[in-house]
Amino acid sequence: MIMGEVKPFEEVMAIIEPYDDIVLAGCHGCVTVCRAGGEKEVQVLASTIRLARETAGRPIQIKEVTLERQCDPEYLETMRPYATDHQAVLSIACGAGVQFMAEHYMGLPVLPGINTSFIGVTERQGEWAERCQACGDCVLHLTGGICPVTRCSKSLFHGPCGGSSNGKCEIDKNVACGWQLIIDRLKSLNQLDNYRKLQSFKRWRTSRDGGPRRIVRKDLQE
Amino acid sequence: MKSGSNLEKVLEAGHFAVTAECGPPRGADPDVVRRKAEFIRGNADSCNVTDNQTSVVRMNSMAGCLLLKESGIEPNMQMVVRDRNRIALQSDILGASAMGIRNLLCLSGDHQIFGDDPQAKNVFDIDSMQLINLVKTMRDEGVFPSGKKIDGPPKFFIGCAVNPFADPYEIRVPRLGLKVDAGADFVQTQCIYNLEKFERYMEDLRKEGLHERVKILAGVTPLKSAGMAKFMKRMVAGMDIPDEVIARISEVPKEEQAQRGIDMCIETIERVKTIEGVAGVHVMAIEWEEKVNEIVSKAGLLPRPQVD
Amino acid sequence: MVPCTGRVDEVMILKAFENGADGVMVVGCLEGDCHFVKGNLRAREKVRRAADLLAKAGLGEERARMYNLSAGEGAKFAAHVADMVEHVRGLGPSPINLVRAGAKASPTNVREG
Repeated sequence: MIMGEVKPFEEVMAIIEPYDDIVLAGCHGCVTVCRAGGEKEVQVLASTIRLARETAGRPIQIKEVTLERQCDPEYLETMRPYATDHQAVLSIACGAGVQFMAEHYMGLPVLPGINTSFIGVTERQGEWAERCQACGDCVLHLTGGICPVTRCSKSLFHGPCGGSSNGKCEIDKNVACGWQLIIDRLKSLNQLDNYRKLQSFKRWRTSRDGGPRRIVRKDLQE
Repeated sequence: MKSGSNLEKVLEAGHFAVTAECGPPRGADPDVVRRKAEFIRGNADSCNVTDNQTSVVRMNSMAGCLLLKESGIEPNMQMVVRDRNRIALQSDILGASAMGIRNLLCLSGDHQIFGDDPQAKNVFDIDSMQLINLVKTMRDEGVFPSGKKIDGPPKFFIGCAVNPFADPYEIRVPRLGLKVDAGADFVQTQCIYNLEKFERYMEDLRKEGLHERVKILAGVTPLKSAGMAKFMKRMVAGMDIPDEVIARISEVPKEEQAQRGIDMCIETIERVKTIEGVAGVHVMAIEWEEKVNEIVSKAGLLPRPQVD
Repeated sequence: MVPCTGRVDEVMILKAFENGADGVMVVGCLEGDCHFVKGNLRAREKVRRAADLLAKAGLGEERARMYNLSAGEGAKFAAHVADMVEHVRGLGPSPINLVRAGAKASPTNVREG
């Protein structure tokens, strides 16, 4: 799922500085799982902001709400009755949610409260790691289920480079060498022959490089 | 002849080749390169010009190569895939060839996190393997990747780098095999301090017959001091400096360590000369180019052959 | 009252300050002796996070504290409470209470911008 982290508190305070009455909108989706923008996080952030603003002599009203998701129009509509009673929305959903919120509430400033980082998995409690770069042209069947675009810092297709050391990437001892992982996996699956094949150039057009993307399913549209 | 370069001719004629390396300046002063050229003159068959090594911005390799060429030294251009997409790479390939550069090394490049611009965008549109194949296709088939005809194909002797000391070892020979399949004509290895491991690497690649398909130049770098040796051992990923090597340079007083480092480098050259499949040596005396003459001459590699 | 300090979360602590507390003490079982295994250890982390947020809000991290004792240590409980009371008295009223009272909050406690 989509992972993000709360913005530094000072940055959030600077972003909401012009406003005295805001909606703080969380999301029960991905950001709840990575503990950045769920109901609990809404309460904590709202409380901290109120304390900080009142202490500084500029109290702020905060309407707390956590939507089912901010990436579906139906759920965004649930805010319609009261949204414009406030001056702005601070959304702690992912970047997609923040933008969709802004599109649906054109007259209201919609502000981001988290930094959206990546598509990833929960490796263990409290630790999330990137797995997918959404390149739109998945070839995981060739690399033992491990993505070279995401897991190799240089997105090499014939790694590892000369900086691989003890299974770690040259950029950081805490980053596994993606190609070491791939080779180990190919070995265990008896697929090392895959390695000796020269891969044709990656088609980046299906990735963000080709422009903002869209999927249309006419068969699902009314 | 694939490119007609001096390096190619020297190797084809069966001589033990010598290449050197110089890093371009962190500025636009051409005289820095011209001065380095003087140290290389007569001591190598051709000379590498690095491409923003360790992601630190320097005068680009192409300009450095042209300055060397102007000074009468045959350049080896280096091209990393870190900073340029396939469009820019193809364009530079055409430009370099047009300007008479005939040796081209295709490399990955160090991650930009190491340089002064760690916030830069990571390009890596194609990798070094694919770049080797790209140059070969442009040269031998005269077409762009799109299939369209090239108006005057580029001519290059294609080089690549290998690191026999990086992990995992078991993939290093297959990876060289891939580079050779992709079209590499010559190889320069990472600098060698662990001769035992290098000999094992050469033995493993001889089993695959790779030494007969590609010309292998053994990389050597003279150590300036025990401090430098320890630093490199600890801080450079993929660098293998055995403790005995550190001990040998540490055992002499500080003011004698530079000379000891040079002597050790010469010994390494003499040893790799005897290994079957080693076609030459690549002397990387970075920021110490003035020592290339001493190293090459004491290793018995002068004068450099004149081939036409 | 909660069955275990593990149930305490940052929101409870922050809300206490919004409601006018000058200090909050969280009292849990001795570490290693949690009736619910790890609840008191989780509480310690939450108190720490709450204290960090209080610092960011300009109230000071020293106003939230965790104490550990066993259910039978009545005298120790009294001592901890006295300790906390004295500690908070020394810190003075929570800056937010000063603002509410109309007085100017002390410069060291007011967050800039």
